[in-house]
Amino acid sequence: MTRNLVVIGAGMASGRALEHLTDTAPDDWSITLFNAEPRGNYNRIMLSPVLSGEKSYAEIVTHDDGWYEERGIACRFGEKVQRIDRDRKVVVGEHGEVPYDKLILATGSSPFIIPCPGHDLPGVIAYRDLDDTNAMIEASGMQGAKAVVIGGGLLGLEAAAGLRLRGMEVTVLHLAGHLMERQLDEAAGYLLQKDLESRGITVRTGASTKEIVGEDRVEAVRLEDGTELPADLVVMAVGIRPAVQLAKESGLATGKGIHVDDAMITSDEDILAVGECIEHRGAIFGLVAPLYDQAKVAAQTLIGEAAEFRQKQLSTKLKVTGVDLFSAGDFADGEGREDIVYRDPARGVYKRLVIEDDRLIGAVMYGDTADGNWFFGLIKDGEDVSEMRETLIFGPAYQGGGATADPLAAVAALPADAEICGCNGVCKGRIVEAIEGGATSLADVKATTKASASCGTCTGLVEQVLAATLGDDFAMPTAQPICGCTELTHEDVRRLIKARELKSQPAVWQELGWSTPNGCHVCRPAVNFYLLADWPLEYADDPQSRFVNERKHANIQKDGTFSVVPRMWGGITTPQELRAIADAAEKYDVPTVKVTGGQRIDLLGVKGEDLPKIWGDLNAAGLVSGHAYSKGLRTVKTCVGTDHCRFGTQDSTGLGVKLEKRLWGSWTPHKVKMAVSGCPRNCAEATCKDVGIVCVDSGFEIGVGGAAGMDVKEVEPLVKVATEDEAIEWTVAFVQLYREHGKYLDRPYKWLAKVGLPWVQETLGDAETRAALVARFDLSQSVYQKDPWAEHATPEAERTFAPLADLTLEAAE
Amino acid sequence: MSWIDLGAIDDVPERGARIVRTRAGCVALFRTGPEEVFAASNTCPHKGGPLSEGIVHGRKVTCPLHNWVFDLETGEAEGADDGRIATYPVRLEGGRILIDGDALAVGRAA
Ligand SMILES: Cc1cc2nc3c(=O)[nH]c(=O)nc-3n(C[C@H](O)[C@H](O)[C@H](O)COP(=O)(O)OP(=O)(O)OC[C@H]3O[C@@H](n4cnc5c(N)ncnc54)[C@H](O)[C@@H]3O)c2cc1C
Ligand code: FES
Repeated sequence: MTRNLVVIGAGMASGRALEHLTDTAPDDWSITLFNAEPRGNYNRIMLSPVLSGEKSYAEIVTHDDGWYEERGIACRFGEKVQRIDRDRKVVVGEHGEVPYDKLILATGSSPFIIPCPGHDLPGVIAYRDLDDTNAMIEASGMQGAKAVVIGGGLLGLEAAAGLRLRGMEVTVLHLAGHLMERQLDEAAGYLLQKDLESRGITVRTGASTKEIVGEDRVEAVRLEDGTELPADLVVMAVGIRPAVQLAKESGLATGKGIHVDDAMITSDEDILAVGECIEHRGAIFGLVAPLYDQAKVAAQTLIGEAAEFRQKQLSTKLKVTGVDLFSAGDFADGEGREDIVYRDPARGVYKRLVIEDDRLIGAVMYGDTADGNWFFGLIKDGEDVSEMRETLIFGPAYQGGGATADPLAAVAALPADAEICGCNGVCKGRIVEAIEGGATSLADVKATTKASASCGTCTGLVEQVLAATLGDDFAMPTAQPICGCTELTHEDVRRLIKARELKSQPAVWQELGWSTPNGCHVCRPAVNFYLLADWPLEYADDPQSRFVNERKHANIQKDGTFSVVPRMWGGITTPQELRAIADAAEKYDVPTVKVTGGQRIDLLGVKGEDLPKIWGDLNAAGLVSGHAYSKGLRTVKTCVGTDHCRFGTQDSTGLGVKLEKRLWGSWTPHKVKMAVSGCPRNCAEATCKDVGIVCVDSGFEIGVGGAAGMDVKEVEPLVKVATEDEAIEWTVAFVQLYREHGKYLDRPYKWLAKVGLPWVQETLGDAETRAALVARFDLSQSVYQKDPWAEHATPEAERTFAPLADLTLEAAE
Repeated sequence: MSWIDLGAIDDVPERGARIVRTRAGCVALFRTGPEEVFAASNTCPHKGGPLSEGIVHGRKVTCPLHNWVFDLETGEAEGADDGRIATYPVRLEGGRILIDGDALAVGRAA
């Protein structure tokens, strides 16, 4: 006896269910198939190749008219089901009713549309079906048309790549900090972004859409930060929601999706549901693999066989031709997880495995995904990997044999024209030539090419070129790497950041082969400084890579409170300022007020959450942060000079104030203290500062490299100049040279001991070089000379300084 | 278990931390990845450094005072340093961070 089966939705899940059912029980059912789309089932996941032009629609149809006809399936395509009348057991379509004994809901999901202003303008589309795909293809036909894709996940990126291949100018907007953050970590996200950018796609991460602008159709997308991006087409690919409306209106149990049990039966025993519209044990689905399992279970249930659907691990691949990316398993939080990271910068390869309890539970791979399925197999089988842990990341080929990543890869990968020695303009090719011409040591290379003959910071790199070229014939001197995350020294990293134009932390981690996912407390602050010093405009300072003092803009004390020090330019203050400081000290119960050695006042013992408020108060009185916590300019100490002192030879206070106003806010490898004394009696103690200027009748004597900390050192004379302007120019140029070459956490005297004062004098002695250094310094100041207090004395900042939640209050209620 | 909603995950910067005040003392929430948060005592067993102010790297945090490094999954100090911080189960749901209230209560009793 045949029974009536009605299926709502002719998609990938129901298609598979119908195959199973008609194969095993061809004569048991009289089937009616509704589909809102005016066509039968096609391979939805292959819409991306259709969009990019690599496939035609005909090629992706999975069930054609003949298929349905042979099986006697009554097709009602282009007809949306309006209602299910469960009492009468009929389905109500737009063109009439159909009775059912059993019903399958397979309505899939609907794209989520951000409800921002303008989301309903013509030209704004989702990416779900053939019509969307055709609309995109049509829009791309317009000469010079621009597309903005909102959402940098799987769908958004496939849409972007397809539109780009069709010649559109494409920008991807992504809210998170890196692309595909659900499937990828930062490093893989960085590689992906780089790949897409090399295809001419613009990627903006951290971009929040505010509104879509246009009169009769879309004209532009406006972001929260005010940027406006012209657009003829906007594709929203920000996520999907299970299509539950029909089920809900029919009174079936729904949550995020339509509730089903392990046999795919909904809360009504005659109604089954499969595909993206369902919720099974709290989970919803967005990839086809589990849908196929569900389809099979549903068919078995209908036939009367006992079957249970089990959720399994999933893997993802991005279908953009030429982009090799694979991710599988789980990266979410949990106890006892370990990472294994492998990077081959030369080939643009990144692999990361996540291990828990001796089992592989997650894998991300970029650039080389050949072993993806092998890893996925290990994840699915839950095999014990402790035996092969050491070589696991090298894949199945290495099991049994040993291999390690080549630490020289970063240097070996440099092209011949990459600059190694910046001082003497020597590129890698020239050094290799010298080696091939017989040079076998650093000294030989220095003698023939002058590489590393000046400031010497490239020494490590030159040695690595030697090692990479000569192989075993060259014994590498052991240099101290920055930390356990890398084999490279500070100097190597600085040089490579410049030579390879690395402009983000993930770029450094990846291209230089870091062995940890995102560095550690030793390398992160250093790399952050190098990047912001070398690329002030391109790189944005990362607060999470700073020590607490620089993140909180205050010095942390041993009891966890902070100290607050306002700037007093050159040590000069006013009654109003002093009054404001006194008021703040009282208002915030500051236990200790101290006069510092740098000629200013320190408020010690301020509570972390009060910081934004006290800054606001001090700001209102015209006081700004004294950066008493930063690796940057601290103070310029002065004596009173010609204004008041009978010995004074120049306006030392005036020069001190000018220097402080010019230099404050800049980040340096370590702290920088300065002083200007008005005469050789040296009341400002200028001769033990990082830069100390002593005024004399005929001008200004600039000394550098003094210290009065754990080491005590007198400055060495850098130069004597006649005018105040020259004194400022030399000082700024010196600080910039130190910023560009110094090793993180080396005070100037330590840096000078490495590069030698003569090299610094020679470099700064060239007027053109000096002017260029000053220009680069000023450029950096255009970004970084801003008062952190003013920036953080806002209600939002105040919120981030306070606890996220206070459970002591709740518990007390 | 009784799960307590603490706030949105996006209120904790990636590779950063925020604190929560509890009767058992301050608990720090460390965000180690886009979708990964750990909860542990905010107080370093060495000399009481505020761990939420430390640098978060991998699934670890370095104390801002003297650089002890703690594994956030086990709470153990790394390397030669000997010490442990209490850890608490957390869960993410729809972009919110939930903490196990029972574990916090036990922390207080202990
Ligand atoms: C561009 C793109 C690329 C993708 N790439 C991948 C990939 O690489 N890998 C992967 O695993 N997954 C991929 N997916 C996801 C995959 O396509 C879906 O998981 C899958 O198609 C869902 O199948 P389904 O049967 O649940 O729903 P669908 O295939 O969406 O089918 C549902 C059908 O039901 C119809 N319908 C809904 N309501 C009604 C109603 N009331 N009356 C009548 N008909 C109705 C709809 O019109 C639709 O045709 C991709 C998706 C897209 C859009
Ligand atoms: S207080 Fe944490 S390391 Fe000393």
